[in-house]
Amino acid sequence: MGCRVKGRALSGGSATGTALVLDEPLSLWGGLDPATGRIIDARHPQRGSTVTGRILVMAGVRGSSSSSSVLAESARAGTAPAAILLGEPDLILAVGAAVAEELYGVRVPLVLLSRGDVLAIPDDAAVTIAEDGVVSVG
Amino acid sequence: MLAGASGEGAAFAMRLVVRAAEVLGAERLIPITGAHVDSCLYHGEATIDFVDRLVDGGAQVAVPTTLNIGGLDLLHPELWRGTAESAERSRLLMDRYRALGCRPTFTCAPYQLSARPALGDQVAWAESNAIVFCNSVLGARTERYGDFTDIACAIAGRVPDAGLHRTDARRAVLVLRIAADVPAALLDDDALYPVLGIVLGKVAGSRVAALDGLPRGLSEDRLKAVGAAAASSGAVAMFHAVGSTPEAPTLEAALQEGEPLETVDVGLAELRAARDELTTVGGGAPAGTPLGIVSLGTPHASLAEMRAIERELAGQHPAPGVELLVSTARDLLLEAEEDGLAARLRALGVELLVDTCSYIAPVLRPSPLPAMTDSGKWAFYAPGNIGVDVVFGSMRECVRSAVAGRVVRDDAMWGVA
Repeated sequence: MGCRVKGRALSGGSATGTALVLDEPLSLWGGLDPATGRIIDARHPQRGSTVTGRILVMAGVRGSSSSSSVLAESARAGTAPAAILLGEPDLILAVGAAVAEELYGVRVPLVLLSRGDVLAIPDDAAVTIAEDGVVSVG
Repeated sequence: MLAGASGEGAAFAMRLVVRAAEVLGAERLIPITGAHVDSCLYHGEATIDFVDRLVDGGAQVAVPTTLNIGGLDLLHPELWRGTAESAERSRLLMDRYRALGCRPTFTCAPYQLSARPALGDQVAWAESNAIVFCNSVLGARTERYGDFTDIACAIAGRVPDAGLHRTDARRAVLVLRIAADVPAALLDDDALYPVLGIVLGKVAGSRVAALDGLPRGLSEDRLKAVGAAAASSGAVAMFHAVGSTPEAPTLEAALQEGEPLETVDVGLAELRAARDELTTVGGGAPAGTPLGIVSLGTPHASLAEMRAIERELAGQHPAPGVELLVSTARDLLLEAEEDGLAARLRALGVELLVDTCSYIAPVLRPSPLPAMTDSGKWAFYAPGNIGVDVVFGSMRECVRSAVAGRVVRDDAMWGVA
């Protein structure tokens, strides 16, 4: 029982992986350790989870303007998520992904979906993202 | 510029600005008169690889550009407790941004410097607290720019015509009304404002809100505390304080004559809960809890705040074993030195830190005891960043606690029996 939704690609690329659905918004700066790919925000309910290779699903965004650097650094270190699905547009992550591609040739696809589509993705679901922003779940 | 006529560095910067315009759905770029850049804080080798690409490509900023904090205090290197190698990487990154033509201001509060944007100016600012102050208190216009985009806009001299650069996006869509049970004594105390900011960030998320029911003519230091906290607990890039901020002489003006989508009452119980959440010490750090550190000046302290700390100390020193540290901008330290204020504070045992922040750089003395702060932002980030437990209090409570060596609090005005 799968579904396909068309999103807007804020940063291009294709990816396949299992969903890590964040229960609360996460600021990558102060929230993600790029050396290990682990969530380190002491207040975040998913502290200790690893984002590396996962399809990170974020209904909302929060916090620091340094998150672009943290995303680029995690791409350099090989700890970045396979892709990020967003429920609202985020310039800071989109530019972090653009810099990761320019500097290291690493693509972290970033796709904007409707908030409803994001909330419908179950944790651990198998997700495939195509170059044109089509997201297949399950 | 995109084609490389101004050099490879400028072309790279322009590609990022164009990407930003696409994400924001902007149809054109507009010129800016200044920028504030946060990319000079070291977050790993990617940050150096990025600026090297710009420097090696011959890029220079096109507008006056200030720099946010870096990873270490260049003027007081003796305060550094980290490895020599990590200090060297931070210093290298800070130097590279100077090479692009940025001013070495190294402050998270560029709005406290003498040259700052005016009402209606279009700028590109990064650093969440600076963004919210710029939009809300100065009435200058910036989107929520982050690392890489900030310097890219400074080099291009242009930004996407989108978001908070446009008048309609600056309209309050949400009203936070201060409830009648909030005592006048609390409205008149500095302690309220970072706590109110935490509530604002949680309720507003990324929406523009108007705060209604506060005293009129709030000081810039109080508005700074609201914004810094709101940009930590939420993604607030602009708020209005009716009667204090320039685009909100009245509630109707903040709403641009429209209707709010939502009105939320903020009462004493909610404020007290937000204040208590900022304290991470188990049991809520009751009066008498021993302290190791008191950290003030996040965002960087203004001269007025440094003078208030001196007044509150009233000639007393911190208790033995307690580190009392105040972070500020190097330009303001220079003024404080000319005035004798810096020497008087140091003589009382106050450590003055510039160019960085005490929850970023390894500067605090290792202590098994908790740290106290008057900053909602410091309380929010320090436990994750530097692994300390935090007690939140007003500046007055912080200074008195530093002198006593243990937590001193004035709970009465928060309605605690």
